[in-house]
Amino acid sequence: MLDILDIALLFFMAVTAISILRLKNLFAVVMLGGIYSLLSALIFVNLDAVDVAFTEAAVGAGISTVLMLGTLALTSREEKQEKKPSHKIWLPLMVCIATGAALVYGTLDMPRYGDPNAPIHKHVAPRYINDSMDEVGMPNIVTSVLASYRGFDTLGETTVVFTAVVGVLILLTGRRRRDKREPTLEELEEQEEEV
Amino acid sequence: MMFAAAAAALIVAIFLGLIRAYLGPTIYDRILAGNMIGTMTVILIAVHGFLAGRPEFLDIALVYALINFIGTIAILKYFRFKDLGHAGTDKGREEVEDDA
Repeated sequence: MLDILDIALLFFMAVTAISILRLKNLFAVVMLGGIYSLLSALIFVNLDAVDVAFTEAAVGAGISTVLMLGTLALTSREEKQEKKPSHKIWLPLMVCIATGAALVYGTLDMPRYGDPNAPIHKHVAPRYINDSMDEVGMPNIVTSVLASYRGFDTLGETTVVFTAVVGVLILLTGRRRRDKREPTLEELEEQEEEV
Repeated sequence: MMFAAAAAALIVAIFLGLIRAYLGPTIYDRILAGNMIGTMTVILIAVHGFLAGRPEFLDIALVYALINFIGTIAILKYFRFKDLGHAGTDKGREEVEDDA
């Protein structure tokens, strides 16, 4: 059943991507982008990566949609019709197929899904499980990994998230509105006095 | 079996929403389609928890509902004020600017 769910969701994602390519209404494209993120979040849940799914839904379906809408408010809502394609489609198509084939070939060497002998389960995980209580003294292993073993990594992530939040706040609130009305007489006099 | 049937029905509902988001024709069809697929995602995560025998992730579905709600509010605010940085009063933007 879960495999069927995966196949159905991947099919929907393909349908959404093709719809995004075909639509000229940019608002519909933004909405379909949010839907695409929700579908990929469902796939991550199906793969038991709940935290990744959570990030995908918050960033992809939440923040990205809002930022795209902010962009649409500043630009046009319709894509401009191109008179004739300025390039042939065959070269990009070949590049895509070749890259995709190389990536699929690369996955053939990967360990099977959930294989207990995979390198990720052999390398550092046993040390975390066995020694983290003595070395860090935290009952929750995930917390000790995030805050101690990968402390610098977490510090960098926090910096990135903080910078992103500040940037979004500036973009959303600090934008100057174009002033269309004529300046009043008092304002002109003030400007002259300043000069 | 019951949860499998529910998941199948949700998949069909998501597909119908996808068709509506593609065809439009109005903006509100698309907003509703996106909102509906978000709701279906919440329910599908809950159903998936029981289907996979791990209902611990039910809390996650609640937070998805919150994200969905905030997203819809942002989209509607964009249509009301054409600007997401607007403080958001009861009046439309034109009226606010006339008062200023």
